[in-house]
Order: sequence, then structure tokens, then C-alpha cells
Amino acid sequence: MPHDHPHDHDHGLEHAHGPHPFQPDLEEAPLTHYQAMTQAVGDLLIEKGVITADELRAMLESIDAKSPAAGARMVARAWTDEGFKARMLADVNAAAADLDIDAGGIPIRAVENTEDVHNVIVCTLCSCYPRLLIGLPPDWYKSRAYRSRTVREPRVVLAEFGTTIPDDVEVRVHDSTADLRYMVLPRRPAGADGWSEDELAGLVTRDCMIGVALPRSPGTKSRA
Amino acid sequence: MSKERDDKLVLRRHHDMGGLPAGPVEPVEHDYAPWEKRVDAILRLLADSKRRLITTDELRRGIEELGPGAYDEMSYYERWIASVTNNLIEKGVISIDELGRRMAEITQAWPAGVEDKR
Amino acid sequence: MTARFAVGDSVTVRAAFPPGHVRTPFFVRGKTGRVAEVLGPYRNPEELAYGRKGEPALALYRVIFDTAELWDNYQGTGKDTTVIDIYENWLEPEEEKV
Repeated sequence: MPHDHPHDHDHGLEHAHGPHPFQPDLEEAPLTHYQAMTQAVGDLLIEKGVITADELRAMLESIDAKSPAAGARMVARAWTDEGFKARMLADVNAAAADLDIDAGGIPIRAVENTEDVHNVIVCTLCSCYPRLLIGLPPDWYKSRAYRSRTVREPRVVLAEFGTTIPDDVEVRVHDSTADLRYMVLPRRPAGADGWSEDELAGLVTRDCMIGVALPRSPGTKSRA
Repeated sequence: MSKERDDKLVLRRHHDMGGLPAGPVEPVEHDYAPWEKRVDAILRLLADSKRRLITTDELRRGIEELGPGAYDEMSYYERWIASVTNNLIEKGVISIDELGRRMAEITQAWPAGVEDKR
Repeated sequence: MTARFAVGDSVTVRAAFPPGHVRTPFFVRGKTGRVAEVLGPYRNPEELAYGRKGEPALALYRVIFDTAELWDNYQGTGKDTTVIDIYENWLEPEEEKV
């Protein structure tokens, strides 16, 4: 089972001066050509002043800090506040700022699931994903199988994730081909009336914001 | 495909894979290794408003130009660092000579030896 | 930037197959859909990818297709749709049907 909590080894390969401090966790493994390239490129860029070691460190921390939780908070707020929902559907990045979430400069669009439409997101040409809001994508999202088949047979792919969409509901696939990144605003599950935003956010998974799954059901999750 | 096409006339580039047959979506995910996050961080810094040294478009194009084998032989972030590096070389930000020398130094100093990926 | 197309227009994606960095997927080339949204001006990725400015900006559209028309033996329903963000230079008015 994958887990989302950040790693505690935040010492990348960067350094400000002196010999290279190697990553302890990699020292038992052989170095690959591309790992050596990564080390060399980063070091050269720092030495040339193109980037600084502090900037690199801060960016690594920022990457680690992003997770689906930010998107889940926005979804939970949208479920409880129609005005926020409208603002989120109009402009995710601007609405995120309402919650002190920095969704970055690349425009993100939320597409709303309704009783008539179920949305799924893919990037067939590469791996576009709303990283700056919900963190790094899972390997399967970037895989050949997902990129090839989701546009061709979305219902079959969803079924592989255990998600069945009724025939009278439109499955709408969004291929992120240009500058916009997409996320799904899923429907609020039944049986969660009166729940707080935090409790509702706990029902919102990364996969339901991609569209391969529905939010957790209140019945299967402890409210506490 | 929904229409007969003469393969001699049409070009589908290898990265443009929407609709091609493929196996099941394996729900695998790995925790990103520190070196992979470093690649991502380097790219984000190079692309930011302070530097604007590389765009997402150039990154994508660089990956596409690695050729079809890249998808079979290289991992996701290996393709990214290869593209970033090629772009930096093309733009004259780093030279092949200095990159090669530095990679050799790193490789020679590495405790566990080098994985031969030829 | 003046957008050539408006929401609701039927548009056909050009059936051209150039090399190079193109963001119009192969599977919609030659297909007809409907403009769902005019997203506004965006710089041309076919230029940006080569270190050029990508100007003048192109109108970018969300074009919605009936998924069943994109594929033979589509495993889904007639309601299903596929939405792609397509730059204006790849779109023509729907071809006249004879």
C-alpha cells in the first residue's frame, strides 16, 4: 500500500562547498548514469550561480509539502459552501488562496461530477497533473497503460480501479493537452450530513480527484 | 483506431499514445527517491520567473526527442534529467566537457561502484 | 486575439501529421467535435518548445467529442464524451457533408 507521509531524509545531493556529501540511503546501491548526471547538473548549476543551494533545499521542501490534502480541503469547502464552490469551478488557483493554499501559477481547472456526469483526468501526451495543488502523481497515472487506455475505454479502466459508473451517467474524459491542469470535484457522498469540513476532507482521496474512484463512503470510515 | 490509415502517410509519434492497446493499469506507486525529487526541483527552479531558462514545452519536446526506446529503457525521472540536461547543453548553460568531467569524478568517488546501463 | 470559433461551433481537427512537438493528440486528428469553451489566448507550444516566444498567441479551445465516434467498438455508452484542449491552428469549421 502506498503511503503519503513525507520522507525524513531531506538531505539531497546538494552542497554549498567542500566534498560531495553522498546520500547515505543510496550508498549501498550502485550509482546509475542518470543519478550521476543529476548530481553533476545540480552541482554545476549551483557553482555557476544559476541556482543556489538554499533555493534547491527550499524547493525540495516545497515538493515534499504538497499532497492531496490541499485538494481535499478545497473539495470539502466546496461541499459546504456554494459560493466557494462557484469560485473554485471558475478558478481553482484564486479559490485556493481563500484557504491560504498556494496552488501555483499554472492554471488548474476543477471539473464537477454531477448525477449525470462522471469526470476522469488523463494526459495522453505526457503526464500533466495538478502537482502544485495535490502533489506528485502516482506511477500508474504516468504509465503507458493509463495514458493509452483511459481515452479508449475509460469505463474498463475505471472498473480495474473498482469503480463502476452506471450507463445512464456520462463518462467525460479530459485529456490535459495544453497549459491547463485538471482535477475532479467529486460529489459529496450521502450519509455525511452535518460533518465538519475536516471530517469531509478525510473522505476525499487523491484518486477521486483524478476521477478513477469515488470519495470514501462515510459508512466505511470512522468519523473520529 | 477508428479509421483505416495508410501507415506510410500518417505519423504517430511514439509519445502520442492515446488509444493504443496496452495491458492492465498496474496500480503501482513508488515513493519518490531523493534524486528524483532533486530532478523535479531543478526543473522547477530553471523554469521559474527568476530564471526562465527552460519551459515545460522544452522539457516535453526534449523527452519526445529521446526517441521511442526511452519509454522502454528509461524511468520517468531519467527521461526528465536527460531532457533537462540536453536543453542546458543546447542553451550553453553547461558544457558537455565540464559535465562529462564532473560525472566521471562523481562516478569514481562513488562507494558502491557504477551500474552499467549500456 | 480574435477567436475564430465560438462555443457551440462544430469543428474538425485537421488530419495533418507533421513531426515535431505537437499538442494535438493523434487520436483526434480528422475528428469532428463541438467547441465547449473558448479558453483565451495561449502562446504556441509548437514554437515555445524550440526556445522561441510562441507569439502571437493562439486561441485555445476546449473541444468536446462523442467518445463513441472516436473509436471502433467503443466499450461504453453513446453519452460518453472526451474533452481536449486544442489550439486554433489545428481546427477548421466542420467539413460540409455531401
